Amino acid sequence: MAVSELFDQPENESLSGPGRRFWSVLHIDPILLFLLVILVAGGLVVLYSGADQNMAVVKAQGIRMGVALIVMLVFAQLDPAVFRRWAPWLYAAGVLALAAVLLFGAGAKGAQRWLALPGLPRFQPSELMKLVVPMMAAWYLSRRFLPPRLRYVAVSLLIVLLPMAMIILQPDLGTSLLVGASGIFVIFFAGMSWKLISAFFGLVSVSAPLMWFFVMQDYQKQRVLTLLDPQSDPLGAGWNIIQSKTAIGSGGLDGKGWLQGTQSHLEFLPESHTDFIVAVLAEEFGFIGMVCLLGLYLLIILRCLYIAALAQDSFSRLLAGALTMTFFIYIFVNVGMVSGLLPVVGVPLPLISYGGTSSVTLMAAFGVLMSIHTHRRMISA
Amino acid sequence: MPWGEFKDTAAERRLFQRRAMAMLILVLSLLSILIARMYQLQVVEHEIYTTLSDKNRVQVQSVAPPRGLVYDRNGMLLAENRPVFSVTLVPERVGDMGQALAKLGQLLSVSEEDLERFRRRLEERRRPFQALPLRYDLTEQEIARLAVHRHELPGVEVAAELVRYYPHGELTAHALGYVGRINRQELQRIDPVNYAGTNYIGKSGVERFYEKLLHGKVGYQNVETNARGRTLRVLERQNPVPGEDIELHMDLRMQRLAHKLLDGRRGAIVAIEPSTGGLLALASVPGFDANLFVTGISVEAYRELSESRDMPLFNRALRGQYPPGSTLKPMLAVAGLDSGATTRDKTIWDPGYFQLKSNGRRWRDWKRGGHGWVDLKASVAQSCDIYFYEMAVEMGVDTIHHYLTQFGFGEDATLDVSGALSGLLPSRDWKRAVHNQPWYPGDTVNLGIGQGFMLATPLQLATATSVIANRGSWSEPRLLKGVSGDRSVEDVLPQETHQSITLENPDTWEFVVEAMAAVMHGAKGTARGAGRGASYRMAGKTGTAQVFSLAEDEEYDAEEIRERLRDHAMFVGFAPVDNPRIAVAVIVENGGSGSGTAAPVARAMFDAWLLDYAETEESVVASGTGVKDWWR
Repeated sequence: MAVSELFDQPENESLSGPGRRFWSVLHIDPILLFLLVILVAGGLVVLYSGADQNMAVVKAQGIRMGVALIVMLVFAQLDPAVFRRWAPWLYAAGVLALAAVLLFGAGAKGAQRWLALPGLPRFQPSELMKLVVPMMAAWYLSRRFLPPRLRYVAVSLLIVLLPMAMIILQPDLGTSLLVGASGIFVIFFAGMSWKLISAFFGLVSVSAPLMWFFVMQDYQKQRVLTLLDPQSDPLGAGWNIIQSKTAIGSGGLDGKGWLQGTQSHLEFLPESHTDFIVAVLAEEFGFIGMVCLLGLYLLIILRCLYIAALAQDSFSRLLAGALTMTFFIYIFVNVGMVSGLLPVVGVPLPLISYGGTSSVTLMAAFGVLMSIHTHRRMISA
Repeated sequence: MPWGEFKDTAAERRLFQRRAMAMLILVLSLLSILIARMYQLQVVEHEIYTTLSDKNRVQVQSVAPPRGLVYDRNGMLLAENRPVFSVTLVPERVGDMGQALAKLGQLLSVSEEDLERFRRRLEERRRPFQALPLRYDLTEQEIARLAVHRHELPGVEVAAELVRYYPHGELTAHALGYVGRINRQELQRIDPVNYAGTNYIGKSGVERFYEKLLHGKVGYQNVETNARGRTLRVLERQNPVPGEDIELHMDLRMQRLAHKLLDGRRGAIVAIEPSTGGLLALASVPGFDANLFVTGISVEAYRELSESRDMPLFNRALRGQYPPGSTLKPMLAVAGLDSGATTRDKTIWDPGYFQLKSNGRRWRDWKRGGHGWVDLKASVAQSCDIYFYEMAVEMGVDTIHHYLTQFGFGEDATLDVSGALSGLLPSRDWKRAVHNQPWYPGDTVNLGIGQGFMLATPLQLATATSVIANRGSWSEPRLLKGVSGDRSVEDVLPQETHQSITLENPDTWEFVVEAMAAVMHGAKGTARGAGRGASYRMAGKTGTAQVFSLAEDEEYDAEEIRERLRDHAMFVGFAPVDNPRIAVAVIVENGGSGSGTAAPVARAMFDAWLLDYAETEESVVASGTGVKDWWR
């Protein structure tokens, strides 16, 4: 089958070669590292413009990225077996932390997301769950025969839905979607039957109206309504979408030039250095800039899928595949919402938007991927 | 995992690889959607969004033209423009209006009235993103405080605008009029394009009449603004065309003198240059400070002005309609001679009263016991009423109406004096229409001495006097003397409509003028006291207008009547007799006698104009030459 041949590499082949030894000892995948560094560096350049040439913002983000890279390297040093062993405990701790957030979390903008434990820095347990949920799902499913039977699929769905529901209650729709996606992707990679998948989507489309009436908050409904007709409230909720579309569209083929974006620099574009930063890039570097950005992301995803395909055991494969796809969901949801295809949900542009937590989580995920790739053992065929 | 079974790792790997391939296809197709979306926005619809982006950032602002200045005949500035700083809000950008107003209230003193006016304007229909003024005339400290807190106040701007200022305040308020904020009715009348940046419009007087001339033409600028409406830079500018400067016939010194002469009293003085019709002075006392009305007068201050018993807002010179009394006699003399109702030599016996038929009603002479034997000249000089009663009856109302119409009574004969009233020149038709009564002979008797129904404004009296001074030739009263730019005064002024009065015997003019001169210089002239010691000859006529009429034969004691019920003192006259350079009408309300109160006022005006301010015949605004900057 031509399709599978793309990934069907001899297992030991990429482990040999003189250059490989050096990187394997450091547990670093040089190709992935190279792509990530380019992305982060380019992101800082765009951030400088998006933050209206505020060097302090760029510095803070640079430091954060440095920390995130170190986290990535630390994670890369750990054997995937460590993740597998710890997965259930991490999962249990994560669910407890989420419960704690719901009970006595700290709020911001009407949503409780932060947990401030005495003696520890404030952190968002929901963010950690983006890593822990796929680990747990992968741990559970890798112990079964694949493709899994229906009841195992059901159990793993519960594993995914529990934290997802808790995060929705905070309420944080964006993160809960990402956490849910990361778990669902594990189940998908494990071989959930296409019938079930179609049934799942059928269920989603049926439950959507129910969600609308019973689960979604007013502000979330407003976002959906605004997406459908931004002009209905051009100075209120529609403002963000109108302004970001205007920023993107006015960029044209080659953009207005770095620091020349009028939409962002004249403060028409809201959140220009956080969630809407891609509009700054689109305005200043145009269609060409956007193709380059999405191309760079695609290269990273290709590399990660390649790593996943080469992984030696089910746990690693499932985890690597799910993390990769989660990374992609970030990109698609963020660019989709900024360009007016999707409703506005709080999903940052990965590794470019200003903000620490998601960058660290993402880099940790890449660390896991590197770990998976560099801890492979010679297997006699 | 149950014992005894083995995972087929190779199969699981293949399964994963198939799934990964599916995901890759998903990734590629979703990325394609994103790329397609970007292509749609950035390439296909690029033009639309570029326009939107420019519309966002570039705003067309109108630039109000500076209003033309007003000078008097000597180049003294009467109306200028002064920069005034006001704080304005763009409601669309303010966000929480209540909070912003509260914050501004802490930074500046904002009165309840300001707030109320602002709220009213907020509810009115307006252009989106239009800045609404909250308070005018900020002090330096307030501007500084606003600058410090500027970042906390989106949509709040300090705007500088040129606002009309009248340096001579009360002196010129009635003559010049004033500008004020454009109101809703005016908004419907004006050209919305040309007034896009203008907040003020002439409300009265010269400001109103020459609004078009003074306003100028609006300019535009494209400015780049940020999302909060703050102007960042001007991209392109088309300068406004300033309004034309105008020069008036008025002499500020004469105007000031007129106010001084009437100081503490109520009255009006109108001085006309007979040869041109130019109004040298147009004073109504008490006046008011027109500057109060420019940015909007407070309710309290307005009430004080409008409810004052002295009626400072009332323009007596143009709109005060008084019975002309004896000041009408020179015009009636012209009518009597020309119509043949009397002759220069005809004498009558004045017993002190007049009767249409014996045992009928007696019309009294002002002098008890009468003047004895008098001719026309003596009747003018001594203001004999009996002679004029008889002459009026001889002429009849139709003839009187015919002549007085030619002197400009009963109409607004001015060219550019905004708001002048036309008084009342009675006739048979008028009485039939208004009172539904026939014209009685007694009405004619009253009309013979300018009483009864007849009403005239001081401006009309001055105009008629000026016609006599000109020996029948008309020069309609006018304010405008010169205009800058490439238009001449003739282009701007309305057409003159009056024809000179032609008499059977033109010499009649000289006779009547001599009779008026006898008023001033004759041995029995009623105003001989005012004419005494002059180095030039003058002509005049005194008058009194009754504030209320006395019953027949009732004794009249001015001392006993409260001051407000005293007669109005009146005087008309011109000087010099042979080559008149100034004609004047004076009315002093409740001033008592025309000879004692009004005539000396006129004499002072004559003296000032003929002796002190000997005219230099040079226009300060080069009219019709296109040169306008040389004197600035």
